[in-house]
Amino acid sequence: MTAETLTLGKAMNAGLRKAMEKDPKVLVMGEDVGKLGGVFRVTDGLQKDFGEERVIDTPLAESGIIGTAIGLALRGYRPVCEIQFDGFVFPAADQIITQLAKMRMRSLGAVSLPVVIRIPCGGGIGAVEHHSESPEAYFTHTAGLRVVACSNPVDAFSMIQQSIASPDPVVFFEPKRRYWERADVDVDGTDWTPLHDAKVVRAGEHVTVLAYGPSVKTCLEAAEAAAGEGRSIEVIDLRSLNPLDIGTVVESVERTGRCVVVHEAPVFGGFGAELAARITERCFYRLEAPVLRVGGFSTPYPPSRVEDQYLPDLDRILDAVDRTFAW
Amino acid sequence: MTIDSVRGAPGTPGVAEPELIQLLTPEGERVEHPDYPLDLSAEEIKALYRDLVIVRKIDLEAVALTRQGELGIWASLLGQEAAQIGSGRALGAHDMVFPTYREHAVAWCRNVEPLKLLGLFRGVNHGGWDPAEHGFHLYTIVIGSQTLHATGYAMGVQRDGVLGTPSAGATIAYFGDGATSQGDVNEAFVFASVFNAPIVFFCQNNQWAISEPLERQSRIPLYKRAQGYGFPGLRVDGNDVFACLAVTRKALENARTGQGPTLVEAYTYRMGAHTTTDDPTRYRLKAEEEAWKLKDPIERVKAYLVRNDLADAGFFEGVEDEAKGLAKELRAACLALPDPRPLSIFEHVYAEPHPLMTEEQEQFAAYLASFEDEGVAS
Ligand SMILES: Cc1ncc(C[n+]2csc(CCOP(=O)(O)OP(=O)(O)O)c2C)c(N)n1
Ligand SMILES: [Mg+2]
Repeated sequence: MTAETLTLGKAMNAGLRKAMEKDPKVLVMGEDVGKLGGVFRVTDGLQKDFGEERVIDTPLAESGIIGTAIGLALRGYRPVCEIQFDGFVFPAADQIITQLAKMRMRSLGAVSLPVVIRIPCGGGIGAVEHHSESPEAYFTHTAGLRVVACSNPVDAFSMIQQSIASPDPVVFFEPKRRYWERADVDVDGTDWTPLHDAKVVRAGEHVTVLAYGPSVKTCLEAAEAAAGEGRSIEVIDLRSLNPLDIGTVVESVERTGRCVVVHEAPVFGGFGAELAARITERCFYRLEAPVLRVGGFSTPYPPSRVEDQYLPDLDRILDAVDRTFAW
Repeated sequence: MTIDSVRGAPGTPGVAEPELIQLLTPEGERVEHPDYPLDLSAEEIKALYRDLVIVRKIDLEAVALTRQGELGIWASLLGQEAAQIGSGRALGAHDMVFPTYREHAVAWCRNVEPLKLLGLFRGVNHGGWDPAEHGFHLYTIVIGSQTLHATGYAMGVQRDGVLGTPSAGATIAYFGDGATSQGDVNEAFVFASVFNAPIVFFCQNNQWAISEPLERQSRIPLYKRAQGYGFPGLRVDGNDVFACLAVTRKALENARTGQGPTLVEAYTYRMGAHTTTDDPTRYRLKAEEEAWKLKDPIERVKAYLVRNDLADAGFFEGVEDEAKGLAKELRAACLALPDPRPLSIFEHVYAEPHPLMTEEQEQFAAYLASFEDEGVAS
């Protein structure tokens, strides 16, 4: 094992590098991914080492990026596209939803489109509008796409490589406010948790808290705080939203009988609604309280000086936990 | 490298630079252009100079405020003052502006208080002025989107039947060189062209889209794109406030009189970082910045005023002092901007009551109040 202490951003970089070394068909493309190394430096140094043919600074056009990635994939390449910020994926929505997601089925399985779309997501960095969104539900709602969200450097390193290896298109969410979180990453290892498996990241007995991406850390902090008050929270990092590892979730909720779902996206029509419904279907007789959801409000993402009120924080998570016990 | 990606790139040695409409050289010498006669009084020129100095000072203050953590980010207009003041001062009362996030000097010309621009960048709101009041739409951060809104607005003006009358207004859409790659911008060109919309597409080609040079967006000079869509395009020295004024005046007048769209490419340079979070040393050479410094948009006006004895030292000092004073006021007002109240998150989302959102708002209010009950400030 070669453990290196890496930030999440650097772990992404290391994972991309491994994938590019392993397979010459892997390309990186997007706005400012070349010389600049991306606005978060995730692709730092890749163009220098792999050349402009494989690390492509594209024209400023998201539909163009995804549309041409589809063409490159048709020609045997494995493009890894960077969308600079969550709020800028929408110009590419048509290519993703009407084309990328459906090509395999339309071709009766003849066509594979191994395209990865990396999207830094979520708020909490004091940014202006369109730079703090959580658009995952638009994509989990689109059959034909795989949707994953990493929460820490170890998963960032492995999941990006697994996503690139996937024969299906993968929308890959990166928790932008966690880019600077550090962990020891085994940069030679390949003995990874399967891409679509959830992970129990903290074992507990009294209540299950489900999260993904940037919210995982907040939930772990909440669990720590609750432990001080004698309440044992189990935290599951879903990692994969579509497909969803419902088995791991059900196993946990059957034990705890209570569940709180946390995400930054608005609660209404959000991914948590799917979780709540599914858990209710599978665990109905074991539930001591309804599945509660903590997330963004039914409003546009607010200006940054008030975003801390919008984002689920420790207090709001623990408040929901309390409410499941008060039921 | 086996991909021939530099063939015919603009600025390639040996490829002639296209004609640049210029009325004032970097040295401050007045030159005539047959299509763009411009007769400005000394007072008018001094007013332009004052504008240029003030907007630069305000911009520098905003950069400083960002460095000190008072703004989250700022997109500096440094180097682009002439393109914005020239075009901005060409506007009439009935004209409508659709800006990007960098048009602080155009906002100045539309009487949008500089403080109002800071709201978005400080994170206290997402815009915060009434577009109709100023003839100046909200800033648009999603690259290129506003060009379609501008085109639609212009189609509305056209449908009002006012073109050719004194109450005719033209629409002007600002966007960058990078934006020209977006589908929205190309669609705006198509719509404007086929409907002959009364619009001016004002592209500030500042040579960079964050770290990507113009060659990443186009192999031909941007103004030449217009021809393919079916309307005139021209390139103006974007650091020449006279030329920008004259060219935009004419394009706006063409729009108001029903002669359709024009693409103006203002050839300029982003002297600063893309935004305060950007580090240009990673992708461009200092020498390039130095070369553009010699084409400074303010120095040439000053040189012209001095050379022609139109202004004395007192005038320049006066403008400098006024600009400093405004910057100081802006700073104080910025620091005094209140943070939004938590419940303001729920304001202005819908025109009419929305039961679900109201329920969430009430729940959140009760939640916040529960902290106060505990005696904890929320
Ligand atoms: C749709 C979209 N994609 C990406 C971005 C991120 N972004 C912000 S500014 C910028 C470059 C814009 O370049 P240009 O159009 O030349 O305008 P400039 O900033 O140089 O004034 C990019 C890529 C965005 N705001 N919107
Ligand atoms: Mg530009």
